[in-house]
Amino acid sequence: MNSGASNFAQGVDMAFYVILGISVFFLVGITATMIWFVIRYNRKRNPVAKNIKDNTKLEIIWTVIPTILVLVMFYYGWIGYMPMKRVPNGALEVKATGRMWSWQFDYENGKSSNILVVPLNKPVKLNLYSPDVLHSLYIPAFRIKEDVVPGLNNTMWFTPTKLGEYDILCAEYCGIQHSYMLSKVKVISEQEYLTWYNEKAPESDTLEAVGMQVIKRLGCVACHSQDGSKIVGPTFKALYGSTRKVTLPDGSTKEVKADDDYIKLSINDPNAEVVDGYQKNLMQSYKTQLNDEEIKEVIEYLKGLK
Amino acid sequence: MTTTTLPNYLEDKQGKKGLMVWLTTHDHKRIGLMYLAALSVFFIVGVLIGILMRLELLNPGKDIVDPQTYNSLFTLHGVIMIFLFVIPGIPAVFGNIALPLIIGARDVAFPKLNLFSWYLYMFGAMLALGTLLVGDGPPDTGWTFYAPYSVKTGTNVTMAVFAAFILGFSSILTGLNFIVTIHRMRCPGMSWFKMPLFAWALYATSWIQLLATPVVGITLLMIAVERMLGIGLFDPALGGDPVLYQHLFWIYSHPAVYIMILPGMGVISEIIPTFSQRRIFGYKAIAYSSLAIAFIGYFVWGHHMFTSGMSGPARVIFSILTFLVAIPSAIKVFNWLATMYNGSIDMKPPMLYAMGFIFLFLIGGLTGLVNGALAADIHIHDTYFVVGHFHYVMFGGTGFAFFAAMHYWFPKIWGKMYSIKHATRAFWVLFTGFNILYFPMLVVGIMGMPRRYYDYLPQFHLPNEISTVGSWITVLGLVYMIVVLIQGMRKGEKAERNPWHGLTLDWQTDSPPTLENFEEIPTVTEGPYEYK
Repeated sequence: MNSGASNFAQGVDMAFYVILGISVFFLVGITATMIWFVIRYNRKRNPVAKNIKDNTKLEIIWTVIPTILVLVMFYYGWIGYMPMKRVPNGALEVKATGRMWSWQFDYENGKSSNILVVPLNKPVKLNLYSPDVLHSLYIPAFRIKEDVVPGLNNTMWFTPTKLGEYDILCAEYCGIQHSYMLSKVKVISEQEYLTWYNEKAPESDTLEAVGMQVIKRLGCVACHSQDGSKIVGPTFKALYGSTRKVTLPDGSTKEVKADDDYIKLSINDPNAEVVDGYQKNLMQSYKTQLNDEEIKEVIEYLKGLK
Repeated sequence: MTTTTLPNYLEDKQGKKGLMVWLTTHDHKRIGLMYLAALSVFFIVGVLIGILMRLELLNPGKDIVDPQTYNSLFTLHGVIMIFLFVIPGIPAVFGNIALPLIIGARDVAFPKLNLFSWYLYMFGAMLALGTLLVGDGPPDTGWTFYAPYSVKTGTNVTMAVFAAFILGFSSILTGLNFIVTIHRMRCPGMSWFKMPLFAWALYATSWIQLLATPVVGITLLMIAVERMLGIGLFDPALGGDPVLYQHLFWIYSHPAVYIMILPGMGVISEIIPTFSQRRIFGYKAIAYSSLAIAFIGYFVWGHHMFTSGMSGPARVIFSILTFLVAIPSAIKVFNWLATMYNGSIDMKPPMLYAMGFIFLFLIGGLTGLVNGALAADIHIHDTYFVVGHFHYVMFGGTGFAFFAAMHYWFPKIWGKMYSIKHATRAFWVLFTGFNILYFPMLVVGIMGMPRRYYDYLPQFHLPNEISTVGSWITVLGLVYMIVVLIQGMRKGEKAERNPWHGLTLDWQTDSPPTLENFEEIPTVTEGPYEYK
């Protein structure tokens, strides 16, 4: 196990090592006894078995001892877990969105990021939100994991105790790109954090760049490539202005040109007109996450992707 | 007993011809062999899919298949192995073949129902495999069919769940049949506590099959209502609760884990006294512990959901119950060990598989304790640690018990003997391969690699590589074992009626037995393991 980097690591590792210790003891003990019996009482050496009566005292001993041991294991599991349910007051709240197939972290001042940036030694509370299917936010170095359940307000919290960058993975199977639903948590000093937190997103000179930022923030590129390769949805490359065959909800098909209106429709109501060769119901509506201005900038960006 | 002149059940065709001898039989032994044939085919398919998965995971990035195919592969691997092999496994094959023999009966209580269960099983199996061929492709949800992904994906999920429902029915009917058989058909003198422990294990299992399996039906009905009438039960988009689905799924599927393992423990309880030539130690403790596992097993399903947002107190209660269910298993292991003490141990292949079972099941059981502990589970839940854990239990436990039973009752079933030398070697290849295949999964899980991953981060490479190499050795062992058994079946030397010197009634009749098992129904006066 990599060394832990949060306040919970010690409790989790403790429970783990207590159980591991007891388990190794029994595994080695029982296996060794078994092998010894097999050698010592082998038919060649011991052609006639000696029968032994049942022994109630022995049965009680080997019922009571395991009972005590599993209760000890339960206890360590319990005390390691208890603090995970008690969020301290004044924890830094971040909304963590897990969607097919990217993570997004929204801070209280409206700042949004694809990686989770947190200050060292400050409690952080994540409010988990999923617009589509189950995901699970897992940070192995912090020893924490909680399912991101659509329709439920699950939360998790932690205090990072070591500077550095750690993996965030999705642990609940969520479809074709499940194993690519990755991110990082970056633990920095409080001072650096405040600078990061307060700095505005860099102003860009061109419309393309703003559109690209939106696309990146919302994780569109997890399904729509920019280099022409087919992932889950159609590639963005040379999309704008092209003509495609689409299927309507009633099953009929028609030809459409990917113009401003079609792209806007696809963002707001993705299942209305699905391009042939792609599955419907995989993309959620992004109606509430993009305003008209941003959609316009996305379109400008797509125009540039020849 | 004198040797009978009646033909044995394999020769006795009752005036039928060709395949009809099998397809219309009411004989428990033939039905058991029909299950064995079907199960073997599905097991081999499941293994082949497993091999493809391991091959894909040899290196990071794409090795042989694309992600959509991989997702269907692990779903099919799970569905086939769980629903078509491990759940029916020992009861359907060796329960059918051996239960009437060990309790001194001529057949099960309802022979026609028994045949009907086989047809239901085959129908369910065809439906499950049919998802490959019809509709929008095989399901890609994992064998757990978690909502709402299973509602959204365009693949054949409804059909797969329907298949599970039909298979469940087959399971219920087999359970019912065994319960009545055990209550009504024990031979004169065989009181409950003179019954062999395999019968006790099947009895406990049958009650779980009967009481837990209907929940699959309820769940399917709810999925159908949601999909067809648009009433939101599981899909949050319709106002449903996805966690409710998980509860219903595990209320069946966790007790099902004990359907899988209890009969295996029953097999081990037969083999150890026979090959130690000693009366079993703690007969009652072993019998009662089967019932205890069956009972407590109903109340631990929540440990599959410690990270789903369940309330704190619920997690604590499920955790403590999970630890309690470990105790009866520990009691069994200690009693098996005590049975070997002062015995006269013959390390023939069945005993070797039984020893392999104890070692692998110990690892499976002890890693299960890590999953049961709240804090530790938060870290390893949904990682490869869990994958390693349940393969140790399901394959190392149930699978090895299945192989043990196959080697144990082989001379009874076929009247012939396999090559002891080669069967022993096959065991060692399989056992070695098994550990190289699954132990690295425990390690990579602790390192933080989630399960159901098509691709993985570079730090997980080495354990995955080792595991894939292990899969090749495992397959080598399996092929070796199967070849040795088929050779034995075709050309093996004639076996005596009681080659292992067992005391249970199955060994007191001909090998193979006649259609009616016993010339005269035996009467017993003492327990099944009273070696003198």
